[in-house]
Amino acid sequence: MSAGNGAAVQDPPVKPVKGRGPTFVTRFLESRHLGWAGLAVGLLAPFIIATPYAMDVMTSAVVFVMLAVGLNIVVGYCGLLDLGYAAFFAVGAYTSGVLSTELKLPLLATIPAVIVVTVLAGVIIGGPTLRLRSDYLAIVTLGFGEIIRITANNLSITGGPSGIYGIPGLFGDASSDPVVFYYAVLLIVAVAVLMAARLGRSRIGRAWRFVREDEDAAEAMGINTYKVKLAAYIAGAVWGGLAGVLFAAQLSAISPASFTFLQSALVLMAVVLGGMGSTPGVVLGAIVISLLPEMLRGLADYRFFAFGVLLIIVMIARPQGLWPHRSRER
Amino acid sequence: MSQLIWNGLFVGSFYALVALGYSMVYGVIKLLNFAHGDLYMLGAFSGFAMLGTMGGLVKSSSLVALFVVLILTMVATGLSGVVIERIAYRPLRGAPRLSLLLTAVGASFALEYGTRIVAGPNPKVYPVRLDGTALNVLGARVTWQQIALMSVSVVLMVALNVLITRTRQGRAMRAIALDPKACLLMGIDVDKVISRTFFIGSALAGAAGVMAGGYYGKIDFLMGFIIGLKAFTAAVIGGIGNIPGTMLGGLLLGLLESFGTHFVGGQWRDVFAFGFLILFLTVRPTGLLGERVTERV
Repeated sequence: MSAGNGAAVQDPPVKPVKGRGPTFVTRFLESRHLGWAGLAVGLLAPFIIATPYAMDVMTSAVVFVMLAVGLNIVVGYCGLLDLGYAAFFAVGAYTSGVLSTELKLPLLATIPAVIVVTVLAGVIIGGPTLRLRSDYLAIVTLGFGEIIRITANNLSITGGPSGIYGIPGLFGDASSDPVVFYYAVLLIVAVAVLMAARLGRSRIGRAWRFVREDEDAAEAMGINTYKVKLAAYIAGAVWGGLAGVLFAAQLSAISPASFTFLQSALVLMAVVLGGMGSTPGVVLGAIVISLLPEMLRGLADYRFFAFGVLLIIVMIARPQGLWPHRSRER
Repeated sequence: MSQLIWNGLFVGSFYALVALGYSMVYGVIKLLNFAHGDLYMLGAFSGFAMLGTMGGLVKSSSLVALFVVLILTMVATGLSGVVIERIAYRPLRGAPRLSLLLTAVGASFALEYGTRIVAGPNPKVYPVRLDGTALNVLGARVTWQQIALMSVSVVLMVALNVLITRTRQGRAMRAIALDPKACLLMGIDVDKVISRTFFIGSALAGAAGVMAGGYYGKIDFLMGFIIGLKAFTAAVIGGIGNIPGTMLGGLLLGLLESFGTHFVGGQWRDVFAFGFLILFLTVRPTGLLGERVTERV
């Protein structure tokens, strides 16, 4: 102790910054191998625990990751608050559900139709509202979420309040091995996460971040902010819709009750908590948010209250999220 | 026909009352207060709790009791609004808009599920029920209670308009809406005025909550969600930030819904209202009475 004090007296006027270099942990957290490590964890998980219940929980978590990564494109990259993200989830799930049960198609064959329908939905809802102030978008998406849910509740083709059941699995078989299904979902979602991350680093991804940071400056630099925002919105819609297909395949039955505002809010929570715009943060946030209720069964009543309070605390104390995005560009 | 118009105006006056708080807060600090609908819910619940404690007193004269409770509830929800502003919004003044919107969502969640923890998840039945003798006005069935509730909302709205256009307080609010920094330089206590704005807006929402509780008879912790959306729709239709416009928007939305329900069916009522919201935002985003605002960089 005394030796340390003695050394402190003779310190040069400008102290060398200590402990600010990349430590092993931060280097690992920013390493490009992180994604592979995460995928390996996902691939090895069934070797540790493979009960049907655990497989179900893990598959849900992976589908939730896909949702969160999709919302991250809209909220994290582009800074547009979407409070009705479950609507796209519902559009995807219902489109594939209706097509596969009515036309007896395997779910994978419905994917082109799902993409077309979700893009259309994204254009219809984003087209008029993205020209307006960003906070209008938040409320309009909230209303859109309700419109989709109520419509699904009232139409006969969507099965009304009881929904659609008897949806075939991904490859057209009614019941597949949960472990096989888990691996299929994991691989699809891994590709989706990778694509979203690469989209975020691409030319349009940089435009998104620019629009988020300063829309007027972006416009002045020649970015067509409306088109760029619409692109983000549509990309988010497609990701959400495809997550809906996986959801329909997992449960083989969908009903309007799965697509409430709560669902949208939970996905948003995962994105904000993990770190808006940061792919590893959002993936981790999604896994935490989806596994937490399974571990804290007894606290179900306090869960959403805690989420609300946490959202306020995070925004005030650490708006960049728990695992923020760090730009590699110099 | 006249029944449809009357129903529309009646529901519309509720919408207008809630929308006013939305519109005021938006006008003054440009924040969409997502928790506003939940203050309406909070008003209904605190009214419920007060009526519960008053017990036997309520039975004898329900309208008078409801009136007393209305005043107390307005104070209670007004204070809650101030507390929310202090905790959740003030630390973020000047932060990016996205963060503010997210805290507003967080506040809304905390209020809804906080109420759920305190009051339980099941709907509550209001101890007083306002349904009495009906009059026949031009072929419409109108109850005295409806007239009473509607006049309360009209009085509140007129009082608000006087407050904003005629008093020093109101002038300070309008000034902050124009330019908060200049107000600070001119010696206006901006934080205090914003607090008061939240108090007034939340009190109006609380009043609407008690009246809705007394009229519909049933309340639950998620009742503020849809009404918040509707109030926003009303505010957008009339011109957000514009007080007379917002009142007009509320009444208009009530009428639209009343006719829409009649012609397309009750289950599509909300779809109809939100469809109008999107339509209005596309065609005339400044609303009926809102003036065109140029965004300054």
